[in-house]
Amino acid sequence: MPALEPIPFVRGTAVPYMGDDVDTDRIIPARYMKCVTFDDLGEFAFYDERKNEDGSDREHVLNDPRYAGATLLLAGANFGCGSSREHAPQSLYRFGYRGVIAESFAEIFFGNSITLGMPCFAMDRPPLEELAALVRENPALELELDVDRVEVRAGDRVFPAHLPDSARTSLLEGRWDPIAELLEHNAEVDAVADRLTYV
Amino acid sequence: MSERPKSLFEKVWEAHEVGKLSDGRSQLFIGTHLIHEVTSPQAFGMLRDLGLPVRFPQRTFATVDHIVPTDEGEEPYSDRLADAMIKELRKNCEENGIEFFDVHSGKQGIVHIIGPEQGITQPGTTIACGDSHTSTHGAFGAIAFGIGTSQVRDVLATQTIAMNKLKVRRINVDGELAEGVYAKDVILHIIRTLGVNGGIGYAYEYGGEVFDRFSQEERMTVCNMSIEGGARCGYVNPDETTFEYLKGRPYAPKDWEAAVERWRAVASDPGCHYDDVVHIRAEDIAPTVTWGINPGQAIFIDQDVPRPEDLPEKDRATAEEALAHMGLEPGEPIRGTKIDVAFLGSCTNSRLSDLQEAAKYLKGRKVAPGVHAICVPGSQITARIAEQQGIDQIFRDAGFEWRGAGCSMCLAMNPDKLQGRQLCASSSNRNFKGRQGSATGRTVLMSPLMVVAAAVTGEITDARELFEIGDEKVA
Repeated sequence: MPALEPIPFVRGTAVPYMGDDVDTDRIIPARYMKCVTFDDLGEFAFYDERKNEDGSDREHVLNDPRYAGATLLLAGANFGCGSSREHAPQSLYRFGYRGVIAESFAEIFFGNSITLGMPCFAMDRPPLEELAALVRENPALELELDVDRVEVRAGDRVFPAHLPDSARTSLLEGRWDPIAELLEHNAEVDAVADRLTYV
Repeated sequence: MSERPKSLFEKVWEAHEVGKLSDGRSQLFIGTHLIHEVTSPQAFGMLRDLGLPVRFPQRTFATVDHIVPTDEGEEPYSDRLADAMIKELRKNCEENGIEFFDVHSGKQGIVHIIGPEQGITQPGTTIACGDSHTSTHGAFGAIAFGIGTSQVRDVLATQTIAMNKLKVRRINVDGELAEGVYAKDVILHIIRTLGVNGGIGYAYEYGGEVFDRFSQEERMTVCNMSIEGGARCGYVNPDETTFEYLKGRPYAPKDWEAAVERWRAVASDPGCHYDDVVHIRAEDIAPTVTWGINPGQAIFIDQDVPRPEDLPEKDRATAEEALAHMGLEPGEPIRGTKIDVAFLGSCTNSRLSDLQEAAKYLKGRKVAPGVHAICVPGSQITARIAEQQGIDQIFRDAGFEWRGAGCSMCLAMNPDKLQGRQLCASSSNRNFKGRQGSATGRTVLMSPLMVVAAAVTGEITDARELFEIGDEKVA
């Protein structure tokens, strides 16, 4: 099993995408999921947000040159709701994002993102709005998602965030993809299977 | 001394928990794994890269549903990408000894329709699938939820996943539903009441008089949309209705009496602890339609499209965005909104009882000129039974296209798509922007009967008035 790197922090500039209840169909429209690998999904991240129907760029914060090269995404409540498609975080990761800060996350999206090693920090609305305002004021502002302290640093400002203990531990200890550990317990798995009459 | 009372969720979780992982999560055994062509090929690819075998191939069941065309029977499909996906799944199943309900098996269909239909879906089990509507299977008292593709890999390789235990919210719906009010209206009302993110961190346990009376298929409709309320899984305690449905199905247990006894014991104990309890009165629910871009943006058919300024402040921005996308006038009735397409199908509402109920009222009527109406049965078996009952002919005579089984226009990964800004009256589960295949397309979610009513009149319609149902009968 390839060893994973611990992810104690993620640094980068951010794009204030914001918006509540952004669903995974919006993150990657289903028509771009006709593939048998995730390799080429990056170009379709937020496709319908970024592009007109003729393929030209729409006026959108994701196309704003001031935020070009941003590796962090700021979003609103319930980010990633809807479908369980891992294509959604895969497309964001391959588009270049390495972390997401949102008011809250849909559960399956959150789990899929952590398994990719892409930290998702939840943040209460008032500090989140304040952080977004700082980024709008200065798009070159570098943010740091500190996984250990579960906070976001921006210049001399510190914003408290939320991250479940299990996600924090797995990122810090380089076990964000659980496959290696799951494989260690085959005997216990067999014991459970033997107890279950339907298996 | 008897043990302290437990919920079904707790009992099933305990029976399937292998142990704790170093990050504090549980390693949970997945008894039944369902796969389809969209979210599994990458997982098989990861297994190949890691050199890992499928550990319990007999506990994974496959079908093809998302990309399958509903109007071409022969391969290769004209969509080369879709054709490659079905071939990939077929190869993966063959190489790993996984049962595949293939298109020529006569048993293919939407994964959440065929699991129950085959009797694979059973009480007291854990069921996972790379599809968020796996919550459907909770209707049988299973703990069933959607997983990502890396977790599909985990299940294939270990038959387990890493997961935090959920809290349980009991949702009681007591009283009696009025005529013309369906399971779809109940779940849309629940989502509207508790919010599209109200269920995050919870399993929903549905109960009360309405669920006691519901058929197994009605329970599936409700559990199906649990995820639209943010709840990763939703379930109903198994009872005689459940056992009756499963009896005699191909994968039903051979030790039937003993199985029923086990299933009875897995139901939530009286007096068990719930993390939250919600009460909803059946009499408060009317036929419900969505007006926006998420399933919680819903109103009763006789209500007006809301004005953003009348909504709580946190909901206003999304409401503005929704109104702009939908092109609806705030403060105006939603009734009378012209439709372009009527879609009856999806894992929410494409079962035999959905088709029967819709056909009962559609019989002898015609789809309005200019409306493109399609009916997509959830499975080949459902289609066959419906055809034996003459239901296909009722749809065809009315001007509906009668299609082959699949997900179809629910998410438009096959050729069934909205064009431009078309507005679709849809029995599916998601009204997200772009969901039905056009970035500017518009979706209004509703019950199958309401879809049929809209198809007939060409506009969003109160089916109770059109079909003279219940108290709304025309005087």
